[in-house]
Amino acid sequence: MNNGNIEARRPLSPHLQIYRPMLTMMMSIAHRISGAALATGFVLLAWWLLAISAGPEPFATVNHFFASIPGQMLLFGYSWALIHHMLGGMRHLIWDTGHGLDKVSIEIFAWATIIGSTTLTLVLWLAGYWLKGA
Amino acid sequence: MTTPLAKVRGLGSAHRGAETFWRQRLTALANIPLVLFLILSIVTHIGADYGAVRAYFARPLVALLMLALTISASIHMRIGLKEIIEDYVHGHGAKIMALVLATVFAGGIALSCTFALLKISFGA
Repeated sequence: MNNGNIEARRPLSPHLQIYRPMLTMMMSIAHRISGAALATGFVLLAWWLLAISAGPEPFATVNHFFASIPGQMLLFGYSWALIHHMLGGMRHLIWDTGHGLDKVSIEIFAWATIIGSTTLTLVLWLAGYWLKGA
Repeated sequence: MTTPLAKVRGLGSAHRGAETFWRQRLTALANIPLVLFLILSIVTHIGADYGAVRAYFARPLVALLMLALTISASIHMRIGLKEIIEDYVHGHGAKIMALVLATVFAGGIALSCTFALLKISFGA
């Protein structure tokens, strides 16, 4: 008997393309993508810390990049991914207790994560600029 | 239940599934305040001069919080990367290779951050 053939012909469960895109589905994907993106963010953090420990010249190079427009955009994206993943994770922690799994709650959680992560990121950056200016 | 053949091949439950689940939740919880602290540290020090940034990270409380974040986030990241790899990389060899790389990556990042933070704190 050819097991490989049976494996190839066996029925598969419906995959992503079968379903109409839904907000909660997109949030699940966004959680995974933001998590993976944070691996890149961790590299930025390590680069920054190593440069600080290495001395003024390496620091100046890294600082110059982070102070530039592309650098600031990268950092803004990093902080947004951090907060989005954090709020999305809090949603999961609530679900782990068995609460908030009904249809209304999951929609509210989804919108709260999107609006919350965007607002919180903007507030933190404005607060940061304000603190630095003061 | 593990069949005799699966037992010989080392398949079946390793009885450690809940351990990973629990560790991911524990680090997630610890990451919440630590990440907020990190973001505040970043936005308040963009464009600051070298002396100020180094002095900030040399403060004992700042160094401790950053070390805690490094440990907690790198463990959390390794579990997350492992889950993504196990979901999408199907070839046996490729999967093992990817898992090894993910562990090396997480360990490398954790060691780099720890080394830098200790060097900043203890000088030289």
